[in-house]
Amino acid sequence: MKPVLHRRQVVEFLLQERKSLLVVAGLGSTAWDITAAGDAPLNFPLWGAMGNAAMFGLGLALAQPKRRVLVITGDGEMLMGLGSLATIGVQKPRNLSVVVIDNERYGETGMQATHTSAGVDLAKVARACGFRTTQQLRNRARLAALRSAIHASPGPHFAQIKVRAEKLPLVLPPRDGALLKSRFRKALLGEQADLD
Amino acid sequence: MKRSDKSWPEALYKTLKIAGVRQVGYVPDGGHKRLIELCLADQDMRAVVLSTEEEGIGLAAGAWLGGVRCALLMQSSGVGNCINHLGTVRECRFPLLLLVTMRGQVGEFNPWQVPMGQATPAVLSAMGVVVHEANAAEAIAPTVDAAARLAFGSYQAVAVLISQAVIGIKSFQEQASR
Repeated sequence: MKPVLHRRQVVEFLLQERKSLLVVAGLGSTAWDITAAGDAPLNFPLWGAMGNAAMFGLGLALAQPKRRVLVITGDGEMLMGLGSLATIGVQKPRNLSVVVIDNERYGETGMQATHTSAGVDLAKVARACGFRTTQQLRNRARLAALRSAIHASPGPHFAQIKVRAEKLPLVLPPRDGALLKSRFRKALLGEQADLD
Repeated sequence: MKRSDKSWPEALYKTLKIAGVRQVGYVPDGGHKRLIELCLADQDMRAVVLSTEEEGIGLAAGAWLGGVRCALLMQSSGVGNCINHLGTVRECRFPLLLLVTMRGQVGEFNPWQVPMGQATPAVLSAMGVVVHEANAAEAIAPTVDAAARLAFGSYQAVAVLISQAVIGIKSFQEQASR
């Protein structure tokens, strides 16, 4: 069954009316996806640290228990950090969601197949690790419910969204890591960010 | 070892509290056993058990994005697991406080620990991490105090290497009985 969803449309939909949502994106395509939906100070797009996006989300979610945190990453990036799903499962932060945009490809290196193309089911891994809700989505039907859950219902939530394998125009966020960090902290913590 | 030497984890824990550390990521480790227990028992501190050390780099960076100070506890073997992620710390100028118990250093009984233990200071330095060494029990808390000031005050990545001479693991039998 060929995926029908387009990744940019999915990510744009999930980030609509994002309000105070804190967003971490894994390196590569998902960093371009969140930027295509609109660059924002409360986005932290990674340009490296492959395999660690979900852990950035965990540290942030534990530090900011009153805010909602969304990690958007790719299947290849998530596969490199499967252990982090177990680590999140132990902590069970209610305010954290991890969404994997799964095109079953390594998009930045030549569209080589990832493990998910051979049937590795990341949602079942997350379920086994203790996430409160886990699902695999193949169409738009449950996207609105997922967006509501990201904002309101107790997590941790995990969603693996099957999307088309498509090569898209790059939409790049700033590359300067120190800038991305500082603008995020300033937007979240205010003037105090520079005084701590 | 003198009786007073065994209280260094308590002094180290107090130092972390004074430094305002509220998250601690760790991979279970014999040398840090007592400190981990103290952190887990603290209601105001979140102790996060990791499945591998590099997860801690993401945890600490995420905590800092959220305005919280984090310290990471690991063995020298775990430093090797972190190398690529230390590049992110450097590029973003995240503060980082690593407390590393050394293996493969002084009186090691397991040859498989020696290559990474011997390479630990060089690897950290190569990735831009400032290395402080604590070679005696009474030096650990003051060294970590200074390291925390450098890390959080000057936005540096700093590792404190706690000598195997302090940890004192000398045989499989002793390790098994800990």
